[in-house]
Amino acid sequence: MNRAVDAIMVFLVLTNLLMLGASRLASLIRVVAVQGVILGLLPLVAGQEAISIHQYALAAGILSLKGVVFPWLLTRAQRDANVRREVEPFVGYSLSLLAGMLALAFSLWLGRRLPLPVQGGSTLVAPVAFFTIISGLFLIVTRKKALTQVLGYLALENGVYAFGIAIAQDSPLLVEMGILLDVFVAVFVMGIIIFHINREFDHIDTDRLAKLQDWAAQPQEAPMTESAFAIDKDDKHDKHDKGDKA
Amino acid sequence: MELTALIPTLCALLLSPLLLGIINRTKAVAAGRNGQSLAQLYFDLWKLLRKGAVYSQTTSWVFRAGPIAGLAAVLVTLTLVPFGAQPALLAFDGDLVLFAYLLGLMRFMTVIAALDTGSAFEGMGASREVQFAALAEPALLLGLAAIARETQSLSLSGMFAGITVDTWSKSAPVLALVAAALLVVFLAENARVPVDDPNTHLELTMIHEVMVLDHGGPDFAFILYGAALKLWVMGALLIGIVIPVRSGNPWLDVPAALCGMIAISVLVGIVESSMARLRLLRVPQLLVGASALSVLALLLVLR
Repeated sequence: MNRAVDAIMVFLVLTNLLMLGASRLASLIRVVAVQGVILGLLPLVAGQEAISIHQYALAAGILSLKGVVFPWLLTRAQRDANVRREVEPFVGYSLSLLAGMLALAFSLWLGRRLPLPVQGGSTLVAPVAFFTIISGLFLIVTRKKALTQVLGYLALENGVYAFGIAIAQDSPLLVEMGILLDVFVAVFVMGIIIFHINREFDHIDTDRLAKLQDWAAQPQEAPMTESAFAIDKDDKHDKHDKGDKA
Repeated sequence: MELTALIPTLCALLLSPLLLGIINRTKAVAAGRNGQSLAQLYFDLWKLLRKGAVYSQTTSWVFRAGPIAGLAAVLVTLTLVPFGAQPALLAFDGDLVLFAYLLGLMRFMTVIAALDTGSAFEGMGASREVQFAALAEPALLLGLAAIARETQSLSLSGMFAGITVDTWSKSAPVLALVAAALLVVFLAENARVPVDDPNTHLELTMIHEVMVLDHGGPDFAFILYGAALKLWVMGALLIGIVIPVRSGNPWLDVPAALCGMIAISVLVGIVESSMARLRLLRVPQLLVGASALSVLALLLVLR
């Protein structure tokens, strides 16, 4: 049993490293989906005793949400926003990988220092969970596209979940399902937000969203889309005028 | 020393050009061609050895020493690497470092011979070769360090004798990670596809091939033979990890390892016919990724 958990943990580390090195959003979504599927299998192999219906239900919920629904939602958001790759992240991909290795070493050191309340589990779980959380955070901080940040959030949640499985193997079904529902709603809402950001600003670069302002603060300005149309029309008029004069 | 200890070395000396034939045949079959003869490299070597060499007047002795020293370096590595559960001819603590740097010496000789011609084109290839080698080296050394720690041995022969089916069942993740990292190093060091395309003579993308353009005749034969031996040596390293057949009977272990070498050649052929060369800017990322795998393996072992 422990060996299977170890293998899953190594896979988790590999998906994290892939995530840090991936530039295409489509492959990033796929990697996070694979990570979700791997984590869905975790409750089936982590338990010391026979597998209960509770664990089956949890695994099925995670597999269907993280393996199917989230990738589908995010792929749709990506298609609507029409972005294919992360262009010019704050930290480059090779450097991200190096940072990932440092983070892994740090997590292993941290995992060794932390006394866990539950004994007998795999010693890899806590460090790898930390590493997953750190890589998720790293992704949120160093990438510009809103979609990548959503994926970073998902990775972060995966790390928290892995940690939870390791520490409290028999946490109530209700709690786990509640968290899953929360994450589902969050991703759902974020998908919609990405769509709206893209419609308003024609991009989803969060670093260019620094000038977000309250509409009430500038009552004289019409909503963005309408004013954009107005300017467009004016431009056309200008051109026509110039053309006539010429 | 028993006579059977010489079998692996003889195999390497005689069969290494065949591996390139197998790679080319795999690529030909995948592309629906008949392809050249499996023994094409032997013919090429024979043809080149009968020719005379032409030396440019701008070159010095460095240019002439390059191919010979490179071949000598790779011949010495051949005595360090165990093959098919047979201990290597030479084994001592720390010979894995010597192994890595003999390959480095071979590369260094090729590079200074290329620079000696004074051609800007060869200088460009040399610069790329050295850049990628510098990135591949940590992956190789860290991976070997992980295995050394896992098997509690500091010589290549001891390390590979320590990798058995039992080791695989106990710490499969470590060995698989190192094997994956070494596969990338294998492809990069031998200038195979995701890193370099051995068939291309397009100026912008050439790395290894460009450095040997000015060599001819026996010198070029030495270079080709040295490259084949290098492919064999790196392949033997990979085989030693992936195929843990250690029955103690040389008539069983050596054929198993030979099958492994053929399988690796076929794998290289499949890789080359199924994917394109990476963009030059992406290659460092691949090599850093391989180093990441090695570091992960080492961290798992040290844990």
